[in-house]
Amino acid sequence: MEKLIISPAPHIHGGDSVRKNMYGVLIALIPALLASFYFFGIGALIVTLTSVVACVLFEYLIQRFILKGNITIFDGSAVLTGVLLAFNLPSNLPIWMVVIGALVAIGIAKMSFGGLGNNPFNPALIGRVFLLISFPVAMTTWPVVEPLSMKYLDAETGATALAAMKEGSAITVSHLDMFLGKMGGSLGEVSAIALLIGLAYMLIRKIITWHIPVSILLTVAVFSGIMHAINPEMYISPVTHLLTGGLMLGAIFMATDYVTSPMTPKGMWIYGVGIGILTVVIRTWGAYPEGVSFAILIMNGFTPLINFYIKPRRFGAKQLKNNK
Amino acid sequence: MKSFRIGGIHPKENKFSAGAAIQQADIPATVAIPLAHYIGNPSEAIVKRGDTVKVGQQIGAGSGFISANVHASVSGKVRKIDVQLDATGYRRPAVFIEVEGDEWLETIDRTPDIVRGCSLGKEEIIQKIQDAGIVGLGGATFPAHVKLMPPPGKKAEYLIINGVECEPYLTCDHRLMMEHGEEILIGTTILMKALGVDKAIVGIENNKPDAIEHLTRLATTFLGITIQPLKVQYPQGGEKQLIDAVLRRQVPSGKIPIEIGAVVFNVATTFAVYEAVQKNKPMIDRVMTITGKDAPNASNYRVRLGTYLSHVVEQAGGIPEGTGKIVGGGPMMGRSLMNLDVPMAKGSAGVLFMRDEESIRKPSQNCIRCAKCVSVCPMGLEPYLLMAYCERNMWDELESNRTMDCIECGSCNYTCPSHRPLLDYIRFGKSTVGNIIRNRNNK
Amino acid sequence: MSLVWISLITLGVIGSVSAIILYVVAKKFHVEEDHRIDLVEEVLPAANCGGCGYPGCRNFADACVKADNLCDLHCPVGGNETMAKVAEILGLVAVEKAPMVAVVRCNGTCEHRPRNNEYDGVKHCFIAHNLYSGETNCSWGCLGFGDCELACDFDAIHVNPITKIPEVIDDKCTACGACVRACPKDLIELRKMGPKGRRVYVDCRNQDRGHIVSKACEVGCIGCAKCQKVCKHDAITIENNLAFIHDDKCKLCRDCVIVCPTNSIIDVNFPRPKQPKVAVEEEVSQ
Repeated sequence: MEKLIISPAPHIHGGDSVRKNMYGVLIALIPALLASFYFFGIGALIVTLTSVVACVLFEYLIQRFILKGNITIFDGSAVLTGVLLAFNLPSNLPIWMVVIGALVAIGIAKMSFGGLGNNPFNPALIGRVFLLISFPVAMTTWPVVEPLSMKYLDAETGATALAAMKEGSAITVSHLDMFLGKMGGSLGEVSAIALLIGLAYMLIRKIITWHIPVSILLTVAVFSGIMHAINPEMYISPVTHLLTGGLMLGAIFMATDYVTSPMTPKGMWIYGVGIGILTVVIRTWGAYPEGVSFAILIMNGFTPLINFYIKPRRFGAKQLKNNK
Repeated sequence: MKSFRIGGIHPKENKFSAGAAIQQADIPATVAIPLAHYIGNPSEAIVKRGDTVKVGQQIGAGSGFISANVHASVSGKVRKIDVQLDATGYRRPAVFIEVEGDEWLETIDRTPDIVRGCSLGKEEIIQKIQDAGIVGLGGATFPAHVKLMPPPGKKAEYLIINGVECEPYLTCDHRLMMEHGEEILIGTTILMKALGVDKAIVGIENNKPDAIEHLTRLATTFLGITIQPLKVQYPQGGEKQLIDAVLRRQVPSGKIPIEIGAVVFNVATTFAVYEAVQKNKPMIDRVMTITGKDAPNASNYRVRLGTYLSHVVEQAGGIPEGTGKIVGGGPMMGRSLMNLDVPMAKGSAGVLFMRDEESIRKPSQNCIRCAKCVSVCPMGLEPYLLMAYCERNMWDELESNRTMDCIECGSCNYTCPSHRPLLDYIRFGKSTVGNIIRNRNNK
Repeated sequence: MSLVWISLITLGVIGSVSAIILYVVAKKFHVEEDHRIDLVEEVLPAANCGGCGYPGCRNFADACVKADNLCDLHCPVGGNETMAKVAEILGLVAVEKAPMVAVVRCNGTCEHRPRNNEYDGVKHCFIAHNLYSGETNCSWGCLGFGDCELACDFDAIHVNPITKIPEVIDDKCTACGACVRACPKDLIELRKMGPKGRRVYVDCRNQDRGHIVSKACEVGCIGCAKCQKVCKHDAITIENNLAFIHDDKCKLCRDCVIVCPTNSIIDVNFPRPKQPKVAVEEEVSQ
């Protein structure tokens, strides 16, 4: 090199990158994808693939023709949004609805705020909630489990455990089946064990910290446990709460989204506890059988406020215990 | 294993020269001894053009409280007192000496024997240290005698010797502990006497097990000195972090360590104190590391102050092929140099050659708010927020979010997955807010 | 039918109550303000640039109304014309001020001042300045990252992509001083615009000694004092190895331009070069 390079310190970098983090999350989602393929068959793959392709395509088109800026589709964030959106959809949802969901997620929830890093709400959840409100019937008729089936739109449908609870009928699925994922539901949310494997992977790779998933799951367990202890007839057990619906998926993959979650451990606890309480409240008293998406979106809205008021533990701010 | 309690990172150590014994660097034909220091007032030259000086003779006198004396590191004739380009690219005063022979002052004890006993009193020790122009060799070059005189009402309880050397690549302190362990411990006893404390702790990261073992064995014969192995974590060598790691006490924001009864000295400074007090040798040389992934022979050299870095580098095998950046100091806090025609100053701990491909930063992307900078900041700050405030010139918010606490360790930049130049902005914010605070206090 | 009535009554009541609250609040918290502030603000350019030393045009208007005379108050953007109007409104006398323009005092283009290192940090002057002296051997000269361009509200200063030196567009420059404050090297100065924009100034800020300057830059001021000697109007002073032309004394004779050995004194907007020698040189080079 002819001229020496001058730059401010530090001169080395840890080698972490946005892309590594995004693909790390995608790897963590693979077990859940495999599980949903096993339980729901080809429909799971069709919906996921459609959603991913649509998200990436919309991001590309918007950056190319509307923003006329850098193309960042390879950083993995659009792919991740696509996968997460698909995981929140039933596996028999028509393709055109999936595409609309992707357009809302990428176009409205992400790019209109300035792309990755600037969106106040989780894009995949916005897409999901948009579809849920627009097409309530299609979004709440979940196919029943049929291992490795080749049926897509013509899959047989049935009610989920939470919907059954809402209607007051008995829950027929055993806890073991719930844990493995042998029950109706959105395609990525059913298998708790697959999602927990993903969580373990992300924690080992240090992609996320434990605070948010643990605080959400703990809050739901404690809150619903108290309710259950008061009146076991009316309120379902905390185990059922933890294992059904989108709670695992939400707590592990949706609420931990970097952009829309608080920055400090203490803030993450507030955020997680908020999501946990809202989830149980919506599930128990709300109109919808499922409340995780709304709970996360509501707490997303509080994130800037939490960041503003909750500061990290400053060095030397408080004299620590063994300081004299 | 002890370590500091907030944040921290663990960069790849790359301590290639850890096993290389300290070599004596050749004496160059001319030296330019800087009169200005990194911190405090520049010294005033007390020699003039044409004077003949001997090694160890004082050539610059400290002016003001925070300033240090400067001594001739070679013998010869003063050619001129002029400005010299320093590492920042600005011109600062320096004394240029043309070398003739190597004639030392008679008072300096040049024998290799270790002088153990010290019968001097507190004031005499401090006076000797001040005369010898000793400054902190860890990087900030703060005059040592100032640290030994706590402000009224404050009393030191512990002396902490910093043998952490948490910067990747650098090994000069490590080698010094291996080769001059006993001298360092004698220096520690002298400093303990000067401070009037009876407890001293030497903190060493456990990536230097040989140094820990060596010093632990030696320390059995010294009263009150304990060796504290520490978990490897950057920036443990930071004064505040080291005190937290060793004593579990945190220096309050905006205060100095004496506030919680601790005084920190680097091992190299301690060694210099030993030489000054026991051997009458002023601060005229220091050990520095010449290293890099492609450096032909990464090693540690004892170099006279004022030697041009190019001279030392030449002796170490020259600049390796494909070097894109030369860093003066370690890779985390060192300064990139424009060229090697910079004289060696008291704070120069090393020269690091970086390959072309490591030299250029990756383009920065949007902040994805992953909070990694917040979790690694050893001072518990929010670098992403401080950078955003700097970009928008929001100085009041910067101050209330405690920018001035930043120790510029670079952990945030190191860890940012979006390659954002967090510290560049924060450093600028710090200097601006610092000026605002100074102006306000002066009113 | 009752639904309609209930709606109407509710809305009516809410409306009236709100109106009463608004009225009471407006009365109670009414601030008596000199109406002339509005009038003065009307004639100001509304650029809110801060060039007058006040945060915005309204603050300046306020200051004008409160002031006894307009000696210390001047709107650089509006100039004498605006100040005359202000004076008329307030019944005071406007003080004529010569129009000013921003001048960048560095001519260290890539051609004149070779780069000897490459900066790879944030491309902002203030950050580069905080780190070190710059990409060249001259530690006084322009860094070329365009903080002045960002600071300018009037699109009047732009860094030339070829020379990497900012250039001021005289017609757009309002002498508000934003770029002067933005430049960390203190290179930009507000000077008198001069008749027909003609002005002579030293295009250098380097205070190093001559031999250092000439190594770093072909067109740097070496402090030789030839210009000072040749100046008949006593308009040039040399301080810290650097010449400075005082624009209040300079008569634009351009003698200094000719004698300057490093061409660091610049004359702009003159119809043709004063010295035929320059022309001859140009012919030779052609």
